[in-house]
Amino acid sequence: MTTVSPQKDYREVAYYPGCALEGTGHAYDRSTRAVAEALGLRLVDVRNWNCCGAMEVKNVDPKLQTYLSSRVMSIASEEMGHDVVMAPCNGCYHNLKKAEHDIANDAGSAEVVAELSRKAGHATYQVGKLETIHALDWIKRTLGDEGVRSRVKRPLTGLKVANYYGCMYTRPRHIFPEKDKGPGSESTARPHFMDDILAAAGAEIVDYPLKTACCGGAHTLSDSDLSTKLVVNLLRAAEACGADVIATECPTCHSGLEMHQVRAETRFGITTRPAMLYFTQLLGLALGIGPKALGIHENVSSALELVRERGLA
Amino acid sequence: MPIHEKSLIRPENLTTHDKLEIDGVDVSGHWSTFIESRVLTDYNEALQDEVQALPGGEAVHRCWQCGSCTNACTVNAINPDFNPRYWIYLIRLGMEQELLRDKDIVWQCVSCNKCTHVCPRDVNPEGVMKALAHWLELKGHTARSPSTEFDEEFASQVFETGKIEESRVIRGFFRRTGQPLMQDWLIAMTRRMLRHVPVKLLLAMGLQGLLRPSTRSWGAARGAIRDYVARRERENRRALGLDAAAHQGD
Ligand code: SF4
Ligand code: SF4
Repeated sequence: MTTVSPQKDYREVAYYPGCALEGTGHAYDRSTRAVAEALGLRLVDVRNWNCCGAMEVKNVDPKLQTYLSSRVMSIASEEMGHDVVMAPCNGCYHNLKKAEHDIANDAGSAEVVAELSRKAGHATYQVGKLETIHALDWIKRTLGDEGVRSRVKRPLTGLKVANYYGCMYTRPRHIFPEKDKGPGSESTARPHFMDDILAAAGAEIVDYPLKTACCGGAHTLSDSDLSTKLVVNLLRAAEACGADVIATECPTCHSGLEMHQVRAETRFGITTRPAMLYFTQLLGLALGIGPKALGIHENVSSALELVRERGLA
Repeated sequence: MPIHEKSLIRPENLTTHDKLEIDGVDVSGHWSTFIESRVLTDYNEALQDEVQALPGGEAVHRCWQCGSCTNACTVNAINPDFNPRYWIYLIRLGMEQELLRDKDIVWQCVSCNKCTHVCPRDVNPEGVMKALAHWLELKGHTARSPSTEFDEEFASQVFETGKIEESRVIRGFFRRTGQPLMQDWLIAMTRRMLRHVPVKLLLAMGLQGLLRPSTRSWGAARGAIRDYVARRERENRRALGLDAAAHQGD
């Protein structure tokens, strides 16, 4: 099991963007890299990576998903010599964590991983070699709240933010052994890392009861009405909390919220106000980075209009 | 969210009489609703073994029926008929006919893992839902769900190239399910994106299809994955007593 060790240098980590960040989540990739540059943190792209399997491959066979994730971890650790990989996408982050857990605890999974790695011609990932962290952990461990506060050039004063974490960042608890470890650690019931970071960036954080509710991302196209219903719940709850913005930390949640906000309007005439911004976009604005470099103009919701209106751009 | 167990009683087994007297006792009306007793003879004794043989269903025997999964469930909050605890109960007892009443909604599980997170017995109810949906399709009780079509479109691209390209997955899914790509809300969304993003860039995003993302030297992995998938398919069918030979050629 990997734990936070003081020797580890989180300022230079392997970076696993994943498929979504090359497509609909392009702005998340852009803003993550822009933030890294502004903070002097080094992201080394995992060489020749593959898809982690997202939400879909596990439904064909869960062990196959474990293999796909293990290949990425094998390259980052065995071939590139890293001990930390950072994944900004909840799906990638979750799958790498789950692979670490399953290879360590389930002989059947370890066997399939070893067999497929051998046939595919690369080293089998060895448990404990690599620590997988989320982009939120990365900011927390390199800067911490104080570090963020001291680097803020343009505080997000007056911007009311609801932080939305979704499902894959905290559930199920057994694949996140480092969470729920008391003060300083992340909580699976009431996650707060994004709240902490954006509060340090000067935003006004609203108490958002649906921060770990589901957006229906697994069925965004295969059962669109259900997804729209779940997203409308999320948007209305944020509105009721007085939020201007729903801050996101996952490309699938983010595009789900944006897509179904439009779909609710087009199909059901339900209009909702909150704009969606990646937490890296909000943090980037606070660090003084321009909206274009953060890809805010690529957001579907009225994010750019909002940040302009608030004088943040 | 309370679990309305009354919904588990078949409506045709509820009888109310406008005017009825039995042994001199008036049993008319709503307050004397009768529930007809059921006699069950059609147990499928292999049901639990079959679900357990499919990926995700391995630990279904551990369930002690606490109901935490249903209580936490995202889909149950929208549709009370979506009841993981109850389906696990039916699987364990082999009550196949009863289970089939809900066959068309099992696939709607959104994999939010709220159930698996709270389950005190490590049953992995999320996995059981997937195993059950898989079982229903393999046994021919349900047609392939839109979710299965999506998973397979997605997975086939990963197996083929090592990566996916989202617009290709979307197009492939709409083609498989016979839906038009020009959905009103997708058009509305594209219009909104055009507010700040020049058409050129959007076109470039669409043209990604031409420069498909892929993982280099993926050939060996592709072959290994294909062999593994074909083997698992044979094993799954065999566990369900289905003709494995018909698929041996895959
Ligand atoms: S939470 Fe677990 S033990 Fe409880 S009913 Fe659901 S599957 Fe069974
Ligand atoms: S994973 Fe599926 S069954 Fe479990 S709580 Fe979520 S929707 Fe319900």
